[in-house]
Amino acid sequence: MIQFIEYLKSRQQGVSYFFYFIIFIVIIGSLMVDTSHAHTWAEKHIPGFWSIFGIVSCFILIFFARWFAKAGISKEESYYDN
Amino acid sequence: MTTSFFFHPALILIIGALILPFIRGPFRKPFLMLVPVLTFVNVVYLGFSPGIYGEISFLDWPLVFGRIDSLSNIFAFIMALMAIIGTMYGLHVKDGWQHMAAWFYVAGSLGAIYSGDYLSLFLFWEMMAFASTFLVWFNKADADAPAAGFRYLLVHTFGGLLLLMGFVLRYQATGSIAFELLDYNNARIYTWLIMSGLMLNAAVVPLHSWLPDAYSKASITGSVFMCAFTTKTAIYALARACAGFDILIVLGVVMAIYGIIYAMIENDIRRLLGWEIVSQVGYMVAGVGIGTALAINGTAAHAFAHILYKGLLFMGAGAIIHMTGKNKFTELGGLYKKMPATMFFIIIGGISVSAFPLFSGFVSKSIIIAASYQEHLLWAGFLLTMVSAGTFLVAGLRLPYLLFFGETRCDQATFNKAADPPWNMQFAMVTAALLCFIIGTFTPFLYSMLPYQDIPFYHPYGGYHLSETLQILALTGLGFMLLKHKIKARPTISLDLDWFYRRGGMVFLWIAKNPIQWFDTAWGKAYRVVGLYSLMTTARFWSWFDWHGIDGLLDGSARGVRSFGKRVALVFQRGQIQQTICYAVSFVALLLIAFIWL
Repeated sequence: MIQFIEYLKSRQQGVSYFFYFIIFIVIIGSLMVDTSHAHTWAEKHIPGFWSIFGIVSCFILIFFARWFAKAGISKEESYYDN
Repeated sequence: MTTSFFFHPALILIIGALILPFIRGPFRKPFLMLVPVLTFVNVVYLGFSPGIYGEISFLDWPLVFGRIDSLSNIFAFIMALMAIIGTMYGLHVKDGWQHMAAWFYVAGSLGAIYSGDYLSLFLFWEMMAFASTFLVWFNKADADAPAAGFRYLLVHTFGGLLLLMGFVLRYQATGSIAFELLDYNNARIYTWLIMSGLMLNAAVVPLHSWLPDAYSKASITGSVFMCAFTTKTAIYALARACAGFDILIVLGVVMAIYGIIYAMIENDIRRLLGWEIVSQVGYMVAGVGIGTALAINGTAAHAFAHILYKGLLFMGAGAIIHMTGKNKFTELGGLYKKMPATMFFIIIGGISVSAFPLFSGFVSKSIIIAASYQEHLLWAGFLLTMVSAGTFLVAGLRLPYLLFFGETRCDQATFNKAADPPWNMQFAMVTAALLCFIIGTFTPFLYSMLPYQDIPFYHPYGGYHLSETLQILALTGLGFMLLKHKIKARPTISLDLDWFYRRGGMVFLWIAKNPIQWFDTAWGKAYRVVGLYSLMTTARFWSWFDWHGIDGLLDGSARGVRSFGKRVALVFQRGQIQQTICYAVSFVALLLIAFIWL
């Protein structure tokens, strides 16, 4: 397993292309799946709705967490030591 | 099938814990495994014969120790199973006290799950709180553990008091202590008190700060136990008493978001996992709030799956702390070369919690989300889906990345020390990982245990759901690739609502030290000058008279009592509050057992 990870690490470019390929397949797949049982209008009519939802949520959460930390929530580790 | 034979599973653990100190040598490890296995067998056996057992009337109150139905059954099953895995994980621990505390803790959880009235629920509830406090105190490696243990105990005492006030007021109003569904439409103050007491143990925001605080300070095996029992027992109790309380939907969604935000900026491994418990338990609280049959099934399923994958993640984190002695991301990293097996298990735990198809989170979390859509709570469904993207970001990507990949931030000594943990820890992790996989692939295993069997089985492996999940996971992965520098390891702590009691405690100490101390000193001085002299003179006379006059007649019995008392005090009161409380609690537990079962 260690060798496998090192093999992957030495070919990072290839690994990321492979990853983009997977994303591509997943999105293509989403266009072909039957959406008649979806819960909302948006899911039925926006192609790749959950892909957009996924990436937007990811950005919102990360940027909000950074803003939240910088807004004074993050303190040095000795904060509670007198 | 009914059984006339009811032996409470908690009792097996309690008896086991009490005789554990006398088991030594080659019998110790088999005994350690035997007790939780017997408990598990007992739980499974009881599961075949639902009914009400162990009814005892105590003063005027009817106590029920064994309510066995489909809801208590699934929770007891997973708790007993986790007790086996946790004990296996801690098999190498020499300190018998830790095993005793853990077993008492599990016994409290099982007792609470099987109890059918608030009084016995409260008894077991407090047993859990006390026993688990010891799991924090027994962590010798962290100098902050005693303080964290006291904070934990105080917060839980407060929660216990809310529950106590609630059910006593309810008893006064309705004359019943039965532990059953509360009436939401005619909610009274006691309804809210009971709900708050239960909510505190479920770590519902804003009553949640104890969780990351205590779980990151507990002993390594202690945290593996703690991550399973307190919150999920509370979820069981909420599902029993507060199903369908709308407010819990809002609180649950808030919890889910709040926990994941904090997990993203956390630097301590076990605190990160603790925050993620808050987030995941948020799903369950929301499920309880929705309260339909599908939602309660989802809550139970998610609690079941959650105990296993979260146990697995805590075991992995514990393995790293056990082997390297470090618990911060800023002091770890790049460990894949040294701990490949641990890495494998943490990734399995991470993709289970992130709801990867074929793993347990996928078949459990989605039931709750489906239930929220079914009830047309679109906002809850969408927000919970958003949090599941965050969950993958934190547990599936950030956690393994910071621990095993990326650049190494370890010093040389730590890196050299790092290795995979002893066989028993690995074995426990294999078991948990296998179960995560089995639940995810063979759905009838979990689904046939769910509380409501009269609704059709949920089908997670539909094309649309698969496509939805894969899209979210893939694009979250992309988001992580682009923004991973934003959530890298930083040597900080994050302020939370415990600020109020930690800083508030300091204000209280200041008041105690300054104005109150000043007044006390002044008063003491005045008292010494005016009152003490005359008092001492009289007292000396009576003391002389008592000692020589009266006690002389009584054959020196007082002197005998005093010297005996001194010897007892030397043994039992060594000035360590933990030990003293331990003796007191064990004594009370023994008395209660004697009273109830003999």
